[in-house]
Amino acid sequence: MKVYQKVLMLLAAVSLGLLFLFPMWKIYLKAPQYPEGLELHIWVNKLGGSSEGVLQNFNILNHYIGMAPIHAESFAELKYMPYIVVFFMITGVVVALLGKRKLVLGWTLLLMVGGSVGILDFYLWLVKFGTTLSPEAPIKVPGMTYIPPLLGHKTLLNFEALSLPAWGSLGIALGILLAGLAFFLSRPAVQLPSVARTKTTVS
Amino acid sequence: METLVNRFWKSAPKAALLLSLAAGSALQSCNKTGAGEGGGAAAGLDADAASKVYVAPGKHDELYSFLSGGFNGQVSVYGIPSGRLLKIIPVFSQFPENGYGYNEETKAMLQTSHGFIPWDDLHHPKLSRKDGMTDGRWLFVNGNNTPRVARVDLSTFETVEIMEIPNSAGNHCSPYPTNNNEYVLAGTRFSVPLDMKGGTADVSMEDYKDKFRGSISFIKVDQEKGDMELDFQVLVPGFDYDLANGGKGPSNDWVFFTTYNTEKAGTLKELGASQNDRDYLAAINWKLAAKYAAEGKAKEMPANYYHNKLDHGTHSAKSTIKKKVRYLLPEDCPGMMYLLPAPKSPHGIDVDPTGEFMVVNGKLASTLPVFSFSKMMKAIENKQFDGEKNGIPVLKYEAVLQGEVKEPGLGPLHTEFDGKGNAYSTMFVSSEVVKWSLKDLQVKDRMPVYYSPGHLMIPGGDTREPYGKYLVVMNKITKDRFLPTGPELMHSAQLIDISGDKMKMLLDFPTVAEPHYAQGIKADLIAPKSVKFFKLDENSHPQAAKKESDVSVTRKGNVVTVKMTAIRSHLTPDNIEGIQVGDTVNFHVTNLEQDWDVPHGFAVMGANNAETLIMPGATQSLKWIPKKTGVYPFYCTDFCSALHQEMQGYVRVSPKGSSVPISFSTGKKKPVPPAATASLK
Ligand SMILES: [Cu+2]
Repeated sequence: MKVYQKVLMLLAAVSLGLLFLFPMWKIYLKAPQYPEGLELHIWVNKLGGSSEGVLQNFNILNHYIGMAPIHAESFAELKYMPYIVVFFMITGVVVALLGKRKLVLGWTLLLMVGGSVGILDFYLWLVKFGTTLSPEAPIKVPGMTYIPPLLGHKTLLNFEALSLPAWGSLGIALGILLAGLAFFLSRPAVQLPSVARTKTTVS
Repeated sequence: METLVNRFWKSAPKAALLLSLAAGSALQSCNKTGAGEGGGAAAGLDADAASKVYVAPGKHDELYSFLSGGFNGQVSVYGIPSGRLLKIIPVFSQFPENGYGYNEETKAMLQTSHGFIPWDDLHHPKLSRKDGMTDGRWLFVNGNNTPRVARVDLSTFETVEIMEIPNSAGNHCSPYPTNNNEYVLAGTRFSVPLDMKGGTADVSMEDYKDKFRGSISFIKVDQEKGDMELDFQVLVPGFDYDLANGGKGPSNDWVFFTTYNTEKAGTLKELGASQNDRDYLAAINWKLAAKYAAEGKAKEMPANYYHNKLDHGTHSAKSTIKKKVRYLLPEDCPGMMYLLPAPKSPHGIDVDPTGEFMVVNGKLASTLPVFSFSKMMKAIENKQFDGEKNGIPVLKYEAVLQGEVKEPGLGPLHTEFDGKGNAYSTMFVSSEVVKWSLKDLQVKDRMPVYYSPGHLMIPGGDTREPYGKYLVVMNKITKDRFLPTGPELMHSAQLIDISGDKMKMLLDFPTVAEPHYAQGIKADLIAPKSVKFFKLDENSHPQAAKKESDVSVTRKGNVVTVKMTAIRSHLTPDNIEGIQVGDTVNFHVTNLEQDWDVPHGFAVMGANNAETLIMPGATQSLKWIPKKTGVYPFYCTDFCSALHQEMQGYVRVSPKGSSVPISFSTGKKKPVPPAATASLK
């Protein structure tokens, strides 16, 4: 691999650091009585919001419908995900230094799998919270579940819920993109034209 | 006409609103007996008044205005131009709405050397200053009856400090901040026989002339935190000191006080204090006074006054009793104080935005004198004196006079400025606002107002750069302005458009109790800094329970301490037992919410007290002494959520000496029958 390709791979590894600087996902809730809105921020290692009280206010609203309170402690993922990210960053750097194409491919595919598993896990906990409601809930709407949208917009009772990836996710996207680019650019260039020519002559 | 108006209503509501207003005022003159109509149409009503004051639902006003409440001891906050009431801030009054003065945290605010005084006569709001402009940090107000000065924090709109003023009686010409808020000045209205120990002496009224003295207090203000401290007082001759105003620009170092009863009459002042053709405008060089005081010219005397402060962290007030006060005598301090003769019983003293002109509103005079600051300085330099009074030089009237506004109207009380070279004065007797020019002292316009105006306010009208778009005039009598409400009617404020050559009436709005003066300020100097809720982490109240697991009920002798929490939609604990008749039960309720506009209230049946309203993140305490056995409900008083009605609990009160142990709980977890919901269907 050429130096600039190694640098691309290095950048791919470093990009994952965005996960520690920004939330991965944001869920926005808005209703007439909440004109300022509520924002839940999901980080790789914690839960937060646009202001300090957000998580508490989410839970206060959710308690009417019997949704279990959301706490950072309820998610084991938040504990081990940072290690996974660090693992990817370190191996990414190692792969960049070794400059082996196959390793780059392997790393990229593994990251793609990791990202997908993350999204799937996220979706599963949305489903779990939205459907596992306390039978003692003060407000029960027959047939109603409260799964927030994974991506995009949904109306839940009087709340407009909007769910979007945030800057942290860009870290994963960049990681995949840059590593993929490093893999693509480092392909053996000489053989391709001859293959093409053979093809034309055959036809 | 009626049906035509009605048709407009149906087809185009907004146009019809404007039309009917215009038509209404036109019809008034020919149909004064019409049912449901006021007798007084507004003269000079702007044809487009409705749209000029219309602030659509959800939109905010351009300005905040702070109106004093007079005898209700409160400040009311209105939006301008809509006239919407935004808030009532209790200062010198108990306020059942939020428990101010009732709960244990704020009772100390109303302590004085005379004991607990839950009332005062609040006259003048004054906004804090930076560089001669209002900065929206604090509002200072005076208590007239039991001399006090209070500070309201405009990030929370709460009264955070009240200081009693010793050697004062009728703290009327108060509180006037200097241009950088170095000092807030407070002058006494009534002179009294000072006993030089912080109180008044037991003397005969016959001795008024010799023994009565006034005082001007110099309250130092902490530049960062706003905390007040009585630095020193100037003991002045025994006149009545009515109003004050600070200089600006060239007159920055000076502050001016109007006086009446320079006759020193002790009885029937209505006549006795109206004999001299001229009383005085007292001018004090506050910087020089501060310098004299710092240099050791000040003497010290015993005093006894309360200083009450609310702590941000504990949300609780504490009183400190001060035992000393320093004072200066003008006769010992050359160059510090001068008297300017002013026509008959002057009331308001107002300094124009340039700081050059001092307008003295002689309420019994037929002209409105305008003094010149530069002439005053020259007269001092040239010693153009007309004798002296109690060792204070009196300047020659002609030497300091810029000119007189001829026939301004009857009974001028107050003047404010638009920053475009115009002055506006209220005429109490002839019931009008008169606009005149500072350049030629000629009257330019008149606007009749309903009825008998006292103060008027132009937002920033007492600063370097007034916001010359609106004028609010506060009226003392309100017959016919609103639907009748028995013998007592609300006072009124009227909003006048002063952006053009002619004044235009825009709006009437009722005001709470009697507004004496007001201050206005652009909303964006206050709104962005408004506190939305208190951070629970920063709550340092000694009895705070910051989470539900911290709650407790403990007994010590016959005092029971309940540490409680409130959150939508329950109180913890909500079942308390083991209380006995005659116990003193202190409920300390912490609001665990961290969201805007979610206070919880707390009230107990039969408590000889009020509710208390707890802001998010704060702790407030209610004292309750049960007198009979039984079960007493308590509940949240502020509709906080869909389950607000369920936000309640019970206290069991047993006979004195009962063996029921102290216990408390909230909702023991019950097993839910597995098929409960299914079987119900
Ligand atoms: Cu409540």
